[in-house]
Amino acid sequence: MNSAKRFDILRTLLSVIIALGISFILIFMMSEQPVEAIKNLLFGPLSSKRNMGNVIESMIPLIFTGTGVCIMFSANQINLSGEGAFQIGGLAASCVAIYFTADILSPVAALICAGLAGALFSVVPAILKVTTTASEMVSSLMINYLALYFGTYMLNNVIADPKANAASYELCEASELPVLIGGTRVHLGLIIALLVAVLGYFFLYKTKLGYELRLTGENGAFAKYSGVNIVKVVVLSQLIGGFIAGLGGGVEMLSPIYSRFNWTSLTGYGWDAIIICTLSKMNPLYTPFAALFLAYLRTGASIMSRRTDVTLEIVQITQGIIIILVVAEQFLSGYRHKLIAKEAKAALKEEEVA
Amino acid sequence: MWNAVFSPDFFNTMLRAATPILFATLGASIAAKAGITNMALEGMMLFAALFGVIFSSLTQSAWLGLLITIALGAFMGLILAFFVLNMKTDEILAAVAMNLAATGGTVLLMMTFSGDRGVSSSIKSFAAPSVTIPGVSQIPFIGEILSGQNVLTWLAILSVIVLHLFLYKTPLGLSIRSVGENKNAAESVGINSRRIQYIALIISGALAAAGGFYLSGGYMNMFTKDMSSGRGFIALAASSMGGNTPVGGFLVSLLFGLAQAFANVMQLLAVMPYEIVLMVPYLTTLVGLGVYYYAQKKRKERLS
Amino acid sequence: MSNEVLLQMKHIMKIYGNGAVANEDVSLELYKGEIHALLGENGAGKSTLMKVLFGIETPDEGEILLKGKQVTVRSPQAAISMGIGMVHQHFMLVPSLTVAENIILGVAPRKGIFIDMDKAVSHAEKIAEEYNFDIDVRQKVEEIPVGVKQKVEILKALYRGAEILILDEPTAVLTPQETDELFVQLIKLKEKGHTIIFISHKLDEIKKICDRATIMRNGRSMGTYDVKSISTQEMSRLMVGHEISLQFEKKEQHLSEKVLLKVRNLTVHNSQGVLKVDDLSFDLKGGEILGIAGVEGNGQTELIDTLTGLNSRYQGLIEIKGDSIANESIAGIRAKKLAHIPEDRMASGCARNLSIQENLFSNQYHSPEYSRHQLLKTKVMEKRSDELIKEYKIKCSSRRQHVGMLSGGNIQKVIVAREFSTGPDIIIANQPTRGIDVGAAAFIRKRLLEFRDAGCAVLLVSADLTEIFSLSDRLAVMYKGKFAGIFNDTEHVSEDELGQYMLGIKKAEVLEGAVYE
Repeated sequence: MNSAKRFDILRTLLSVIIALGISFILIFMMSEQPVEAIKNLLFGPLSSKRNMGNVIESMIPLIFTGTGVCIMFSANQINLSGEGAFQIGGLAASCVAIYFTADILSPVAALICAGLAGALFSVVPAILKVTTTASEMVSSLMINYLALYFGTYMLNNVIADPKANAASYELCEASELPVLIGGTRVHLGLIIALLVAVLGYFFLYKTKLGYELRLTGENGAFAKYSGVNIVKVVVLSQLIGGFIAGLGGGVEMLSPIYSRFNWTSLTGYGWDAIIICTLSKMNPLYTPFAALFLAYLRTGASIMSRRTDVTLEIVQITQGIIIILVVAEQFLSGYRHKLIAKEAKAALKEEEVA
Repeated sequence: MWNAVFSPDFFNTMLRAATPILFATLGASIAAKAGITNMALEGMMLFAALFGVIFSSLTQSAWLGLLITIALGAFMGLILAFFVLNMKTDEILAAVAMNLAATGGTVLLMMTFSGDRGVSSSIKSFAAPSVTIPGVSQIPFIGEILSGQNVLTWLAILSVIVLHLFLYKTPLGLSIRSVGENKNAAESVGINSRRIQYIALIISGALAAAGGFYLSGGYMNMFTKDMSSGRGFIALAASSMGGNTPVGGFLVSLLFGLAQAFANVMQLLAVMPYEIVLMVPYLTTLVGLGVYYYAQKKRKERLS
Repeated sequence: MSNEVLLQMKHIMKIYGNGAVANEDVSLELYKGEIHALLGENGAGKSTLMKVLFGIETPDEGEILLKGKQVTVRSPQAAISMGIGMVHQHFMLVPSLTVAENIILGVAPRKGIFIDMDKAVSHAEKIAEEYNFDIDVRQKVEEIPVGVKQKVEILKALYRGAEILILDEPTAVLTPQETDELFVQLIKLKEKGHTIIFISHKLDEIKKICDRATIMRNGRSMGTYDVKSISTQEMSRLMVGHEISLQFEKKEQHLSEKVLLKVRNLTVHNSQGVLKVDDLSFDLKGGEILGIAGVEGNGQTELIDTLTGLNSRYQGLIEIKGDSIANESIAGIRAKKLAHIPEDRMASGCARNLSIQENLFSNQYHSPEYSRHQLLKTKVMEKRSDELIKEYKIKCSSRRQHVGMLSGGNIQKVIVAREFSTGPDIIIANQPTRGIDVGAAAFIRKRLLEFRDAGCAVLLVSADLTEIFSLSDRLAVMYKGKFAGIFNDTEHVSEDELGQYMLGIKKAEVLEGAVYE
C-alpha cells in the first residue's frame, strides 16, 4: 500500500472521529443525561440481537442507493434523483404487491416493476441533458419532488385504504420478503443488496459498458475521441443506477418493516447514498462497509433517542460533518504534502547514489 | 375562471409566492457570477426560516429577528466558503453536507427551543409587517396588488436593483464577474479570488436567509419541518434560466409566482387535486429548464 | 544594462503535489535593466521557477532577495506590489470585458462607490500611448486578435507599475511579424529602465534580444551566460545535454498505388460560425508523410477534427479507403484503421485519473482480442500493457499508475502506444511532440517514419518547422483555411520562404500536387 492510499484511510478515520467528537459536544450541550446518551449511541446497537438486526436491516436500502449513485456518478453525471427513484420504486412495488397476488411471482414482479420505475425515473434528467443540455443536477432535484407528490397523489386517491389512516391497502402476504434470521427483521433483501453491490463492481470494472462509463466519467472528451458513444453511455448509466435505486425502494417496501405504502415525505436515502458513494470512493464493492457504518450510527442514534432526551436528527449533523471532511482535499493536506515530498526527496537521493 | 385569474388577488399571490424564490435566486446568481454553484441555498433557507422564528421571538422584534437571521445567513455563507475555498471540498458535496445538517439541525434546535419536532407554533414569533405605500394604493388594480405586500417583498425587489448596480457598476462587482469568468485572469492582476468568492458566498447566504425568513415570517407565521421544500433548488434553476443576472432572475421568479398563483386558482376551482398543485413549481422549473436550454442550443446551432 | 543586482533567487526547490520535482536547487540573478533569458526545454522547470517568483507557487526551500532584501512572495498580489509583473503563456484576460476594463481590473478608478468608466478609458489610452501601443481600448477582448491580446497583457502589467516583467514564451502564439514588433517594444521597455525575464526555448530569439541567459535542464540550473559570448551550439548542448539533430535516416519512399485518404472541397465552419477550412482538397497515399505547416489557428484544428469524426458538420467529401465518412461515427472511422494523436493530450488524449492500462485500450477494448460479449479480458490487457510499456519505454512504477502522475513525454508515449498498437493504415498526428522531452520526441518521430516505411499514410500537423522539414515527403502550408503552397520536395524550400507562405505574404499561383489525379 502506498503512502497516498494509507493517507486516505487515515483521513477518513480522522474525519469520522472529529464528526463524532463534535456530535458528543452537541449532546453535552443539549442533554440532561449526556453520558447515558453517548453510551447508547456508541454501544446501543450491540446491546441485543434485535438491535444488531436493526443495524443489518437498515444497511439494505443504503447499499442499494449507494451502489446506484456510484454508477450514476461514475459517468460524471451529478444526478441526484436516487432519492426520487427510491420513492417511485417503493410506490411501484406496492401497487404491484397490492393487486397481484400470485405467490412467488408477486414479489418478483413487484421488484422488477420497482427497478423499471426507478430506471425510467432517473433517466429523465439524463435525457433532458442530452436533448437540451440542461444541467442534470438541477433537473434531478426537481423530479425528486415530482416523485414525492406523485406518490402522495397515488396514496390518497388511488391505492388509499379507507379503513387505514393515510396508508394504502395492505400488500399481499405472498409478496413479503422472508426473514433470514429469527428474532430480527433481517430479510432476503440483504442477499439481494450484497449481490447488487458485487455485480455493480463487476459491471463497472470488468465489462465493456462499465469501462466506457468510467472513460466517459473521467474525461468525456477523451471518451468521445476514443470512439465511445457518449449519449448511449450517459443514458444507460442513469438507467442502471436508477434501476438499482428503484429496486432498493421496492425491496424496502416488501420487507417485513412495511405492510402498506405510507411514504408521505422523501426518505433521504438518496442523500445518504451520496455519503456512501463518497466513503466507498465510487467503488460499489465498498458500499456494504460504508452502509454498515452509517446503519450502525443510525441505529445507535435511534436507540439513544428512545432511551434519552437526544433526538435522532443529530445523526444528520454527524453525517454532514463526515462528508465535508472526507471530501475536503485540503484537510490534513499539509501532512500529505510532507509525506509525498519526503518520498520524492528519498527517491532523488537514491538516484544520486545509483 | 378568468375572473379569478385577472383579479388583484391573483397577482398578489404571484408576488407572495415569488418572493422567497427571488431572494434565493439572487443568492444563486451572485454565487454563480463568482463561479460557484451554491446548492446549499436550500439548507441555508431552512436554517434561516427557523432562526427567524427563534430570534424574532427572543428579541420580541421582527426587525431585529430579520437582522440576526441575515447575519447568520451570511455566516453560513462564510462556512460554505471556508470548506469550498480553503478546504477544497467539492461544492456540490459540501452543499449536500450542509443541507443534511440543516434538515437534522433545525429539528434539533426546534426540540431544544419548543419541545416540538414538527412545527414551531408554540414559539410566539413576530412576522415582518406588510406595508402600504400611500399614493400607490390609490391606483386601481395595480394599487390593490401592491398594497398590503409584505415589506420583504419590497426588499426583494429592491435587492434586484441594488445587486444589479453592485455587479455591473462597482469595482467589486467587476472583480466578482471576472473571477467567475476567468479566475486565473483575475488572480494574475492581484485580485484575491478567494476573497472575492468569500464575499459572493457571504452575500449569497445573506440573501438566502432573507428568503428563509420570509417563509416563516411572511408567507407563513411559523416554522414547519423541511419548509424550504426545494425552493433553494428551484432558485438554482431560476438563476441559470435568468442568465445568472439579477434582472433575469427576477423575471424568472415572477414566472414561478405566476405558475403557483395559477395552480392555486385551479385548486380553488377544484380542477386539480391538491397534490398536483404541489407539483406545479417543480414541474414549471423542469419544463422551463428544458425549453430554455433547448432554445439556447438551437440558437448556438443556428449561429454555426 | 548595469551590473546592479535587482533580484536574486537562491536555491529554490519546488516539489508538486504528485511528487514531481520541478525545481531542484535553482538560483537566478537579475541585473537591473537587462533582458534575461530563461532558457530550457518544456518541462525543464522554467515556468515553475517564475510561478514561484510571481507568488503562484510556494517554494519548498530557498529564498528570494529583491534589491538585497529578503522577501516572501505569498501571492501574485504581493508580487505586483513589489513591482513584478507577469505575462502568462495562456492569456489572463476576461473575454467579455473591454480592453480598458481588463487593464484597470482590480485597480479601477472610482467615482463614489462606482467605477469611473470615463477615467478608466482615459487611463488605459494614456498608458497605451506612453508605450506606443496602438490599441482601441473600448473593444471587447473576445473580439481582438492574439497579437493585440498580448499587448493588452503587457499594458496590464505596466499599468500596475511593473519594473520586472516576466514574459512566459511570448512568441509561441505570434507570427514572425508580430514577434518582430514585440521585440521592438521590449527593447523600448528596456531603454525605459524595465527589467525583463524572457522565457523561451527558441535560441535565435534569445540571440536576437537577450543580454544574459540562464539555462535550465531537468529542474536544475545549468548556469547563467552572457548571450554574446556563448554560441547557439553551446546553448543547445546545455539545454538538451546533446546537440540537437533531426537528421533521420529517411529511407527511400515506396508510395502505394491506392489513395487512402481523399478530401475534396472540404469546407468547415467553427461553432461560432467562422469559416475555418475553405474548399480544401488533397490526397494521401500509403507510404508518405504529408506535413501541414502553418501558424496556429489557420484551420488545422478544424481540419483534423473533421477528418477524425470529432466534428461532423462540414461540406465536401471525405473518403477513407474509398468510402465516404459522412455517416460514420468516430468509432466507425477508427474501425477503418485510422489512428489519431490529438493536439491537446490532457484535454482529449487521456484520462488522468485512470491507470496506464485503462488508458491503453480506450480505442480497441471492443476488439475480440480484448473482450468477448460484454466482458473485458483483463488478463490479456494486463499482459499487453506490460509489453507496450516496455516497447514504448514508458517510465512508470507499474501499469496501475495513474496517467496524470507521469511526465508530459511519458503521457504522450502512452497515447502513441495506444494509437500505434492497433496497426493503423492512416495516422493523423497533430502536434505529436509538442512540449515533450527530446528523447521522447525523437522516439515518436522515428516511429512515424517506421510506419511510413511500412506503407502507412501519415498526416502530420506541427508547429515545429524542423520536425516538419525532416519528416515530410510532401509539405503543405495552411493559411486561412486554404493551402497557400504545396512542396513536393522539401529540400527546395527554405525556412524563410515557408514563413512567408505561412503569413500569407506569398501564395502559390496554381496549387499543384495536392491531389493525385
